[in-house]
Amino acid sequence: MAHTVAPQTTEIVSRNERQVLDAWVQHQMTNGTLRADLIDQDELREDSRRFLSLFLRALGDGGSDIEAPEWRDARELLASLSSSRGRRGFSPSETASFVFSLKQPLFRVLQQEFPSDPQRLAEEAWNLSLVIDKLGLYTTEVFQSGREQVISRQQQEMLDLSTPVVELWQGILAIPLIGTLDSARTQVVMESLLERIVTTGSRLAIIDITGVPTVDTLVAQHLLKTVAAARLMGAECIISGIRPQIAQTIVHLGVDLSDVTTKSSLADAFAVALDRTNRTVAPKRNGN
Amino acid sequence: MERIPILKMGDCLLVTIQMDMHDRIALALQDDLTTRVSTTGARGVLIDISALEVVDSFIGRMLSNIASMTRLLDARTVVVGMRPAVAITLVELGLSLPEVQTALNVETGMELITGAAFGGAGSNGRHSD
Repeated sequence: MAHTVAPQTTEIVSRNERQVLDAWVQHQMTNGTLRADLIDQDELREDSRRFLSLFLRALGDGGSDIEAPEWRDARELLASLSSSRGRRGFSPSETASFVFSLKQPLFRVLQQEFPSDPQRLAEEAWNLSLVIDKLGLYTTEVFQSGREQVISRQQQEMLDLSTPVVELWQGILAIPLIGTLDSARTQVVMESLLERIVTTGSRLAIIDITGVPTVDTLVAQHLLKTVAAARLMGAECIISGIRPQIAQTIVHLGVDLSDVTTKSSLADAFAVALDRTNRTVAPKRNGN
Repeated sequence: MERIPILKMGDCLLVTIQMDMHDRIALALQDDLTTRVSTTGARGVLIDISALEVVDSFIGRMLSNIASMTRLLDARTVVVGMRPAVAITLVELGLSLPEVQTALNVETGMELITGAAFGGAGSNGRHSD
């Protein structure tokens, strides 16, 4: 392979490991990449020492391909550094520059070794630079995939949190929907509503869409499906919280909601639900 | 051949489906039920499907057919105890069974048949009174 770090270079650096480490730590502390508020000097030195020794070992065994199994230890160290620093508040570029800042001390050492051979020096510096670039980008990748995991977990949590089914009265359920309704969410809404209908034995369910920003044909279809499924189980649905704009959209889209009882507010829907279960709300008489 | 028993309670027929429905059992039930409704002069048919876990479009069609047929014979059919998964499946199949009346359990189903139930639930979402 053309861009492989020559064994001799690895050997030169290993011989000067101590010097490289000192220069590297010094460099990190002086050029502003060190966040003194987030990490102390001893820890930085320890991190640097561990990474440098793994880096040199992998470079000696595995060559320049950082995906090779010989690089596994170095990659794992970088991954754990990246995630622990990410948690402490380092930005991904600060973590990456931890790796990139290794270049300068390495080039210094090479300069000392090849004072009279500029072509060789340039060649080897370039090869080392390629490897370090890959490692630096690797830390960013790890950081990003950690973030993505957090996002997908939060999405799942939001999905679970956003569909509470509440019992308003004996036999009357309400499900306040907030946010956009898509197929996945409707599925969750439908399932949790139907489960609650079974467990509570409710005959009426109020679906409140005050918090749903827009209603298109798809959302309307999802709502109708939920209503139909609840009806099959023997419960009746009332849709409430239809805002004037949404009423206009529904009619313009030609969605037929004539089989469903609709009310403009949750209070109205609750009143209807009480009426259908032969109950009424009466003012308290004075003196009672 | 296996048959689903039909019980008579007053002027009401009671059917409890406790096995997996094959198409032939379903057809036999349809036959038996219409015959029994006309011979006994029953006014109501209650079909309990709380033990039914799997449905297909054929079973869905059969339920709605039975409802339509018994209505012609002047008896109202109430399907009770449908499981959530079954309800979702039927809706996804596009069968919302508008001609079938539904109830949560046998108790509310009987109320619906005897006319004591409140007007709303299960009756197409429309007020009858």
